[in-house]
Amino acid sequence: MNRWASVAVALLCAVLALALAWAMWDLPPAPVALPAQVAGSLAISGVEHPVTAVLLNFRGYDTLLEVGVLLIALLGMLAAGATPERMTALPPDPVLEGLARLLAPLMVLVAGYLLWAGAFRPGGAFQAAAVLAAAGVLLRLAGPVTAWTRPGRVLRLALAAGFVVFLAVAVLGLAQGAMLEYPRAWAGSLILAVEAGLTVSLGLTLAGLFLAGPEIPRGGPRT
Amino acid sequence: MSLGLFYALVGGGLFALGLAGLILQPRLLGKILAFNILGSGAFLVLVGLAQRGGTPDPVPQAMVLTGIVVAVAATALALALTRRLADLSGAAVLPEDDARAPANPRGPDGD
Repeated sequence: MNRWASVAVALLCAVLALALAWAMWDLPPAPVALPAQVAGSLAISGVEHPVTAVLLNFRGYDTLLEVGVLLIALLGMLAAGATPERMTALPPDPVLEGLARLLAPLMVLVAGYLLWAGAFRPGGAFQAAAVLAAAGVLLRLAGPVTAWTRPGRVLRLALAAGFVVFLAVAVLGLAQGAMLEYPRAWAGSLILAVEAGLTVSLGLTLAGLFLAGPEIPRGGPRT
Repeated sequence: MSLGLFYALVGGGLFALGLAGLILQPRLLGKILAFNILGSGAFLVLVGLAQRGGTPDPVPQAMVLTGIVVAVAATALALALTRRLADLSGAAVLPEDDARAPANPRGPDGD
């Protein structure tokens, strides 16, 4: 692209930014008060925190599809195949490895707390899964966990479990009349079950996005 | 101007910045980064516009939470495909961009 074309693109994008700003400045307030609607229905949602109620009850369909998208992304990565490693060799580091081994159980504990806390305060399956995934990345970088060149059967089952549990609960709702409609009395327990499945599967999937790849060569013999 | 509107305006700016980067960056890694900035701008617009009144709206917040996770997954897939392309073709650029991709990484179009 020559310089004039680049300048033209930059100018057009600046015009777009100004147009967006102008549109947002003039935008009237939303005609529907969604926060009031959420607050009004919170009592029948099965949880006490509005964001969790929206994620897993009122707009559960989006979350269900999102979990599917994540699984497809990981499948795509695995299908793209392992590539030669370009990373420079890491020397084995006993301190880092020991620290990672110490921190990983604590991170699992924090993930469990976040999962439990999601029912009534900020937290939930996604935050818990992010902490689990961080533990996975840490263990990979420090050495104890190896890359997934070929995930085994147990790992594949765990990856799919969240989506399968969520789908099963969604289909159970068909007996009530609509997909993803939880029975009132069971809503809290069903949401917790779905969130528990999602935490494990999403944590593994997010970690897998980093772990699916070639092995990092080590500088020397592992201790 | 409320804080929510300020966030939305910043989000609009990030969106335009990301779009420019997506078009102008010759290398795929730059395009992926630009696409993430574009997406973050869209998230900021969604969350910011919804809380112009001062109270946060849980519906867009839940949607953005979903969106962030999808964006991470899409970025990882894009990086894996880019790496595969780089292994097969020797360069992380699209074939139609080959002609204008500078040989050195800090070339005239690398801005």
